[in-house]
Amino acid sequence: MFQKLWLIPAVLLVAGGIAFAATRSTPPADLDYSLSHLSKDGHYQVTLVPGIDPVPVGKMHAWLVDVTDAAGQPVDADIVIDGGMPQHGHGLPTVPAVTGKDHHGRHIVGGMRFNMPGWWVLKVEISGTAGVDTATFNLAL
Amino acid sequence: MDRKLALFSAAAILAAMTAGMLASVPRDASVRWTDRELQLISSLSLSGLPELPPDPSNAVADDPRAAVLGRKLFFDTRMSGNGKVACASCHLPDRQFQDGIPLGRGIGETARRTMPIAGTAYSPWQFWDGRADSQWAQALGPLENPTEHGSNRQAIVEVVAANYAQEFRAVFGAEPVELPLDRAFANVGKAIAAFERTIVPQKSRFDLYADAVSSGQPSDALTAQELTGLKLFIGAGNCVNCHNGPLFTDNDFHNTGVPAVAHLPPDTGRAGGVAIVQRDPFNCLGEFSDAKPEVCTELTFMKSEGEELVRAFKTPSLRNVAARAPFMHAGQMASLADVVTHYSEAPLAPEGHSELEPLDLSQEEQDALVAFLVTLSSEAPR
Ligand code: HEC
Ligand code: HEC
Ligand SMILES: [Cu+2]
Repeated sequence: MFQKLWLIPAVLLVAGGIAFAATRSTPPADLDYSLSHLSKDGHYQVTLVPGIDPVPVGKMHAWLVDVTDAAGQPVDADIVIDGGMPQHGHGLPTVPAVTGKDHHGRHIVGGMRFNMPGWWVLKVEISGTAGVDTATFNLAL
Repeated sequence: MDRKLALFSAAAILAAMTAGMLASVPRDASVRWTDRELQLISSLSLSGLPELPPDPSNAVADDPRAAVLGRKLFFDTRMSGNGKVACASCHLPDRQFQDGIPLGRGIGETARRTMPIAGTAYSPWQFWDGRADSQWAQALGPLENPTEHGSNRQAIVEVVAANYAQEFRAVFGAEPVELPLDRAFANVGKAIAAFERTIVPQKSRFDLYADAVSSGQPSDALTAQELTGLKLFIGAGNCVNCHNGPLFTDNDFHNTGVPAVAHLPPDTGRAGGVAIVQRDPFNCLGEFSDAKPEVCTELTFMKSEGEELVRAFKTPSLRNVAARAPFMHAGQMASLADVVTHYSEAPLAPEGHSELEPLDLSQEEQDALVAFLVTLSSEAPR
């Protein structure tokens, strides 16, 4: 009878693991929430400025995306914004798009709306003088 | 050896159980909320509901005379093919402006459940599939739908011209017959929308609790079981992901694996709705809209393709939900207990991909969630 007892903690641990996975509410602890950093291959410095601070849940608004090259010179780029919630397996509820630029590296992105509280990821794809590169940002709402 | 193993097992079981208990939901009234939980609770309070958002596509949205006219039109059965159907036939004022049956009954039977109207002014999209982008564009749909009013714009405008010419002129500056047909028809919708805008939910027992704890006061407005349900709602149950904000809706569309109804035609939900709203002449960007194109942001930045839209339906508000069974877009579920069981089991979607994952809730937890949902009931919306 004792021989099988080890199964119980094993089962409990597995069950605990499942319960934890189902919670899906806590994002990884070591996320970088800064809204300004270098793109993946180091081609651009990308800075996001939310039009409403703190970023609201449920409200449509616009963001600014400032892009410079590694030397700090403004870049007039083509920008595509994508994103979603990694823990929920869905994308953005809208399709944001650039609605204006000032040719000093500042781009206005309209159509930003986050429909849930929690951890969001934003992927900014930049096509400019230095080629195509991506910058990824985290957001906690 | 056996003995050591047994001891180890016992210790491990104890450790696992304590961990389990710590992680599980408190069962007494003395709930200690984390800062995050308090933030979520307060985000759900009706006290946080903003002022009615303007509807720039409807110049008369906030004109009280338009609302008075709209109210009359809402109850007028003459605007129907058989003279018997009004908006209020399905949207009964004493039943939260819905009808309590799985499918609406007008001239025929609709393919979806009648939706309540309170708070819809806050929603950028109307209908289960969001195929209208304003309350006024929405109101034009049922008038010409063969299963609802079963009429047509010509006949509708004639009824309005014959019975409300002066009121219509006072609001819109011309009598119905003096305007191009589609313009007059759009105005009928705008008057109805001005009335519907005034229908908003009232405070519930949950709001009493939320307001108290948000301001640091103790509250016994909710029972221990209801608090357990609330904790699940904003935590392990993931409900607040979609049912968020003071109206308990994210105003978006989700496939939650709700079963299809066998005798109804296939329903693709939002995937079908986006195509319709894009080409709707009465949408925000159309010629009958009073809005400048740049404020039509919902339509402009609308997500119009992707697997996520297939069988995605609008997240319903949960305010007063306990008093309007049956549930879901075609009344598929008879009780809140059935709904919560659905979330616990999270079956595969009949088409597309369900966003849910099984919660495997105990019976006790399911009962607690249902008890919490009942705390969202209030006086009739008005
Ligand atoms: C035959 C019953 C019936 C009649 C009559 C009817 N409706 Fe509806 N109503 C429904 C159904 C069913 C839906 C959901 C339809 C869908 O999603 O395809 C609905 C949806 C709505 C919604 C959307 C609410 C939301 O949250 O998106 C509004 C607003 C509304 N109706 C108002 C009206 C108005 C105004 C009229 C009169 C001009 C009217 N209805 C006439 C049954 C009816
Ligand atoms: C992924 C988003 C999502 C999550 C998470 C979610 N819901 Fe829903 N809920 C919806 C949508 C969408 C519908 C309508 C679905 C349909 O009719 O096909 C709905 C419908 C309901 C209804 C029926 C309301 C009505 O008027 O028919 C209830 C009650 C409800 N949800 C409660 C809950 C509870 C409790 C939880 C947590 C256990 C939860 N929901 C989690 C999106 C969600
Ligand atoms: Cu999400």
